[in-house]
Amino acid sequence: MTNQEANDLILDIKNLKVRYETQDGIVRAVNGIDLTLRKKRTLGLVGETGAGKTTTALAIMRLVPDPPGIVECDKLEISGQDILSLPENKLEHVRGNDISMIFQDPMTALNPVFTVGDQIAESLEIHEHLSSKDAKERAGDMLELVGIPRERANEYPHQFSGGMKQRVVIAIALACNPQLLLADEPTTALDVTIQAQVLELMNELKEKYDTSMIMITHDLGCVAEVCDEVAVMYAGRIVEEGTLEDVFNRTLHPYTEGLFNSLPNIKDRKAKLKPIKGLMPDPTNLPVGCSFAPRCNYVSDACLKAQPQLRSISQTHRVACTAYDNPEFHIERRIL
Amino acid sequence: MEINQTNRNQQRATKLYKKRSALEDVWRQLRRNKGAIIGLILIVVIILVAILSPILLDYDKDVIGQHIKQRLKPPSADHWFGTDELGRDIFSRVIYGARYSLAVGVVAVFVALAIGITLGAAAGYIGGKFENVVMRICDIFSSIPSVLMAIAVVSALGKSTFNLMLAVGIASTAPFIRVARAAVLVVHDEEYVEAARAIGMPDWKIIWVHILPNCLSQIIVQATLRVGSAIIAAAQLSFLGLGVPAPAPEWGSMLSAGRQYIRDYSYMTLFPGLAIMLTVLSLNMLGDGIRDALDPKLKR
Amino acid sequence: MYRYILKRLLMLIPVLLGVAFLIFAIMDVAAGDPVYSVAGADATPEQIEALREKMGLNGSLIERYIRYIGNLLKGDLGTSYISKLDVMKVYLQRLPNTLKLATLTMIVAVGMAIPLGITAAVHQNSIRDTTSMVLALIGLSMPNFWLGLLLILFFSLKLGWFPTGGSEGFRSIVLPAITVGTSLAALLTRTTRSSMLDVLRQDYLRTARAKGVSERNVIQKHALRNALIPIITIFGVQFSNVLGGSVLAETVFAWPGVGRLVVDAIDQRDIPTVTGALVMTTMLVTIVNLLVDLVYAFVDPRIKAQYTK
Repeated sequence: MTNQEANDLILDIKNLKVRYETQDGIVRAVNGIDLTLRKKRTLGLVGETGAGKTTTALAIMRLVPDPPGIVECDKLEISGQDILSLPENKLEHVRGNDISMIFQDPMTALNPVFTVGDQIAESLEIHEHLSSKDAKERAGDMLELVGIPRERANEYPHQFSGGMKQRVVIAIALACNPQLLLADEPTTALDVTIQAQVLELMNELKEKYDTSMIMITHDLGCVAEVCDEVAVMYAGRIVEEGTLEDVFNRTLHPYTEGLFNSLPNIKDRKAKLKPIKGLMPDPTNLPVGCSFAPRCNYVSDACLKAQPQLRSISQTHRVACTAYDNPEFHIERRIL
Repeated sequence: MEINQTNRNQQRATKLYKKRSALEDVWRQLRRNKGAIIGLILIVVIILVAILSPILLDYDKDVIGQHIKQRLKPPSADHWFGTDELGRDIFSRVIYGARYSLAVGVVAVFVALAIGITLGAAAGYIGGKFENVVMRICDIFSSIPSVLMAIAVVSALGKSTFNLMLAVGIASTAPFIRVARAAVLVVHDEEYVEAARAIGMPDWKIIWVHILPNCLSQIIVQATLRVGSAIIAAAQLSFLGLGVPAPAPEWGSMLSAGRQYIRDYSYMTLFPGLAIMLTVLSLNMLGDGIRDALDPKLKR
Repeated sequence: MYRYILKRLLMLIPVLLGVAFLIFAIMDVAAGDPVYSVAGADATPEQIEALREKMGLNGSLIERYIRYIGNLLKGDLGTSYISKLDVMKVYLQRLPNTLKLATLTMIVAVGMAIPLGITAAVHQNSIRDTTSMVLALIGLSMPNFWLGLLLILFFSLKLGWFPTGGSEGFRSIVLPAITVGTSLAALLTRTTRSSMLDVLRQDYLRTARAKGVSERNVIQKHALRNALIPIITIFGVQFSNVLGGSVLAETVFAWPGVGRLVVDAIDQRDIPTVTGALVMTTMLVTIVNLLVDLVYAFVDPRIKAQYTK
């Protein structure tokens, strides 16, 4: 890594582990992942529900609820600043200011008893120490930025539709120009037409403010739309990562292949969908070997014995799959 | 037709099965809850005491028999809780008093249940004007403070144990009306209710067979907690001289008598009050436990 | 909003008429025929008829009820059988004492319950939580009049800090207020805790934290305002119970309020006083409930929106 690249590094995570200690056992949500992200880049974090994507984002925000959540990490830096050792009162300066998060469900993410204007203005008052009048003014600007007339600042969340609420949530997240934006399935709860609008809006805003972004989603279309890089998560681990090109066109991991195969193909509507059979392993009782082995079409004895480590296939592309011990191995993925 | 019948039987079978396993589930949850188990044990002991007290004690001699020579003796080995102004053993009276308090509490709640569920379920099911009228009556009842309401009813009917039960029961009807109505409204539009209506089941039967069992859990919780407050309400009325007539050893009237002697014989006000508190406390602990066991929000 | 208030006020009328009728009918049964006892054993039938008319007891129940309501609208609740005083006047004389007691009770209960409930919820399952919940459970299970007796025993007779009864100065209101307030405080603590626990799970608190709002503000600003909504509902219902509870406290502490008035009047079978006091008290409760509903609207914009529609 060159010096220039190191300076550009917005996010640097080494060996992040999160577990929830509940009555019914220890849920291992994230099991040792490394992530890096450079300035102005967008990383897509892809995987099924329960793969640990949201927990990863919450861990970056240091918002994993404790108890029951326990976060362990070798390194967690945002723009070179160590987040891991910060006391709670310092963290408050980082949250909403350096890192922001857009939450999954806009219907529940807004406080029902405050006006949307107040909710946007709040972070400006906290981080930019604006007077409440100036903050209100800026909140109005933010609303216009996300395409809502500023007069609506005095309305309450229940007066907004789902798509509008999500715009408000985005406005809150962007109010203080964060360096890093964590977008947790920002479009899942929305209608398809609204989804496109919101994605486009996020793309525009990202360009405008030079924000880096992690886009958490299970929607591959959404990834293709906005991401530069992709990391595929399965059972709390990253199984494949690379540039958008790498992962989409030179797919390596059987799980990633399965994700693509589950998509309907418009060109061949007679072709049967090939969903990945089975379910994600129980996170309280993960297998010793590869977590995906029980569902994998290419499984061999070696897969069941040890956890596969990420290996570099090219400069940008890495995969965690034991099958690549055999240089002849390749998956059968059909190219879209 | 025959197929239809088998289908219904199957449905009924699965429903029964589900109900049983749900009950087991509740019991499993309940067993984990220390407070609920303590409450359950306590209340069982109190009920046993109430049932056995006529066998253990001679009512005429031990409970209401006056022994003037023994009057106002502080607690001792002979009289664990001391004796009252007429020389009666307070321990025996407290033991026997459990019968009154429990009986009044339980009967009052049954009165409230019977009236409340009938009106509430009918209101929720029938709707329209009838519902409106019932709910307004409910408003009327709940805007009269329940103690005052019970006082008024007792003074209209005259002082007796049965009238006390009735008065406390009537005064605590409103919450049951609300619970039953709300529960009925929730399940009213469920598909299985509509299906029952579609096959021509009469309304009362739909309410009885399909709707009430589904709000049973809420009603059980309410009833358990309400027995406690009914016991307190009955004691309050007896304390005011409007409850169980003397010389019966009702805890509230024992406290009322003890009050005259509070300056010099404070033990007289201690034990009957403790008995009330313990009984209500055990009911509340049990009721809370059942509620938590039934509350799916806490099951995570 | 004004239209809503007006509508609610109009809706009060049938409820109040219903309450008055219910009480009137119950007390009618309770009274039997008081004319004979008032007139004395050797009164002639003519004298009895004249007295009946003078006492306003002629005619059917409905006729008398209508007459009663007519008089009530003029502020006339009749005269006491016993003291021959104007019932309205006596009631208004006693009311301030009861209101004083009720107000102090509610202030103390809320002041104790809300902080306790919040702490319990925020530190769920901690020792503080368990302790406050056990205390609340005990408070809820104690008959208030017994608590009153214990307070007298300890604070008046043993320590001599407060008088055993009467209404002389501030010290005499302290024990009655604790007596009535304990169960209310217990109930409110439990409600606050469970309402707070509900709110603490909500996503919007995570949004607030993600914004960088300090934990203190997350609780005191974002969570509390939402948690207050069910607490306010309870509060409205409980005002009626506080008035009920004060009946007992007033008896235990010889506090000259409405509660004692009713209990004494029942003892003396003084029907006009009982009826009048019950009707007035119920009206008070109903009006307070309306006020609570309006406060509700200010805390929860969703409800306000329903009203304005």
